[in-house]
Amino acid sequence: MSEQQSEKKWDLVIEPPRGWFQLRLNDVWRYRDLIMLFVRRDFVAVYKQTILGPLWHVIQPLLTTLMFTVVFGKIAGLPTDGNPEFLFYMAGTTVWNYFANCLTRTSNTFTANASMFGKVYFPRMAVPVSVVISQLISFAIQFAFFLFMYALFWLKGAALHPNRMILLLPLLLMLMGGLGLGFGIIISSLTTKYRDLQVLVAFGVQLWMYATPVIFPLSSMMDKNYRWLFLCNPMTSIIEAFRYGFFGSGILSWTLLGYTTLFTVILLALGAMVFNRVERTFMDTV
Amino acid sequence: MSDIAVSIEHVSKSYRLGVIGNGTLREDVQSWWARMRGKTDPNSTLGRHEAIEGQTLWALRDVSLDIRQGEVWGIIGRNGAGKSTLLKILSRVTAPTSGQIKVRGRVASLLEVGTGFHPELTGRENIFLNGAILGMTKVEVRRKLDEIIAFSEIEKFIDTPVKRYSSGMYVRLAFAVAAHLDPEILVVDEVLAVGDAAFQKKCLGKMSAVAHEGRTVLFVSHNMGAVKGLTQKAVWLDHGEICRIGEKNEVLQAYLESAAADSSHEVQTTNLPRKPGMGSATRVQRIQCNAGREVSHGEPLVIRLDVESDLPVHEITCGIGICNMDGSRLLSWDSDVSGIVFDVRPGRCVIELRVPTLNLQPSSYMLDVALRSGEHYFDYIAGAMRMLVLPGPQTPPSIVRGDGQVRSRGEWKMTDERIG
Repeated sequence: MSEQQSEKKWDLVIEPPRGWFQLRLNDVWRYRDLIMLFVRRDFVAVYKQTILGPLWHVIQPLLTTLMFTVVFGKIAGLPTDGNPEFLFYMAGTTVWNYFANCLTRTSNTFTANASMFGKVYFPRMAVPVSVVISQLISFAIQFAFFLFMYALFWLKGAALHPNRMILLLPLLLMLMGGLGLGFGIIISSLTTKYRDLQVLVAFGVQLWMYATPVIFPLSSMMDKNYRWLFLCNPMTSIIEAFRYGFFGSGILSWTLLGYTTLFTVILLALGAMVFNRVERTFMDTV
Repeated sequence: MSDIAVSIEHVSKSYRLGVIGNGTLREDVQSWWARMRGKTDPNSTLGRHEAIEGQTLWALRDVSLDIRQGEVWGIIGRNGAGKSTLLKILSRVTAPTSGQIKVRGRVASLLEVGTGFHPELTGRENIFLNGAILGMTKVEVRRKLDEIIAFSEIEKFIDTPVKRYSSGMYVRLAFAVAAHLDPEILVVDEVLAVGDAAFQKKCLGKMSAVAHEGRTVLFVSHNMGAVKGLTQKAVWLDHGEICRIGEKNEVLQAYLESAAADSSHEVQTTNLPRKPGMGSATRVQRIQCNAGREVSHGEPLVIRLDVESDLPVHEITCGIGICNMDGSRLLSWDSDVSGIVFDVRPGRCVIELRVPTLNLQPSSYMLDVALRSGEHYFDYIAGAMRMLVLPGPQTPPSIVRGDGQVRSRGEWKMTDERIG
């Protein structure tokens, strides 16, 4: 009895890693100031000593979109559901970029921060969470630019059909952030042991884009043998739903969105478990 | 019972040496697949299974220690004794393999100063970032911001990116943040060996102020002087186990005596790191104190340098310096002070310094050696050798516990002055 009472008074018990379910999410919340400072650091530091600064957030997707318009629109002649090619590709890349950046920039959490993690304790999850948030800022800039171009096309009389499915955007962002984070932290946990995964990530994300209806509508793939590939891909429904909201074309499937949501939740839970397990002892293997 | 701040209970930590897994996913999958089919692992080396048993290194083995609130502990031991591992576990950088540590109060650990500093951010921004990494909230940092900036002595540059700082300024700022943490329990690794002497003194002052405020401090250091000056109790780790535990003076003395037993006062210096250009044509090859045997307070000291030269050099001055373990020079012997310079011919020669009575306080020191001609240096090796000074046969036991670095003999006299 008295034994139990004195046990309760300890503020912290340091133990060997046991079990998979010590997530300690309240710890992450306690360090929210740190997360915001990481966000600020990532955002401020990257563009110091560059001439164009944050303009790069716009230039990168703009150039990609232009390239896609020329290569896939003009040369390859892929269908765009009757939407202006430029806007169609821009919608795809803006959304895809958020997911892809979340994934690649969280996938090296442990290896890139080893020197810091080796010296001081803070919940390691603060780092990937801050990445997802700072990517959200860069998404906001790109999205604003997309809206600007969208307005231009609208004024020129392009046949766009925005509808209330635009309101799905926050959900879509949460799903993408969750997916990027989930895959990212699982990969970062595995890279503490298998370094070759890191090489795979950059390459894999690129391949993945072609397995997602980013540069073509899902409707053009529905009758092909490999449509299962697109339907299994949790990113498919997100991109399609985004374009549906703004263009009124594409396939908005609640089943697919539900599947993506379930996928994200399971992935995040799994990722958090693996990540927390690894963070306790990874300093011994890096 | 209730005033125990940190209770370390049977903590062990093992590392697996060598390769963990096969390093690439492909080989691990291969091994796993082979095991599943009951075949031999294609990636295993013969006899590897037994080898793994032997490759487990116990960095800590069954360490138990109770630390009361307000106590200041020094953790001492040789390199690889487990001091840093213990600190890492206490700082939650890594987890123990078995056992547990219970803590009452907020812990802050300083295994390094300036963790997470970003070169592109300004001093002010880095204070916030570093403070948050060390566990302070934004409000706390803001409250102490003026104090931190004042302590760092770099008010003028506080809005300059830290990449433009000199290394001294960088360290000052970093320590200033660390010094203003307000934890109940402070875990410190040898971060004091930074900055110039004046700043070091300031840091030590801050540390002892923290210690006197009734905080609990755990302090790892090779600097016996700092351990002696700051701590009340000490624990001596050896090969991951507690060797001795108790009042600092007893533990320190026992440690120094044991270190003496297996320290050899001889070192080959040919491959020691030097600044560029040093030790190219004329160099010190070997240093030996008292023919490799022990060095004691109050006894003679003979330092022998084996010198090799490719060229004839005239009027070489030989210099030997004795430094504290934190690198500050206590004493220098330069041959030209004694009016002696050497003419060195190509080939080898031996230069010997004989000190009739060594007046250094029993402790550990570092030796610097130099060969120069006027201001031109041929060779200079800082921290070339570690020298351990033991209490000599005539050393009264009481001085081993005292302060100061030089214990000199003199002629003492008392005259009775009786009135009438």
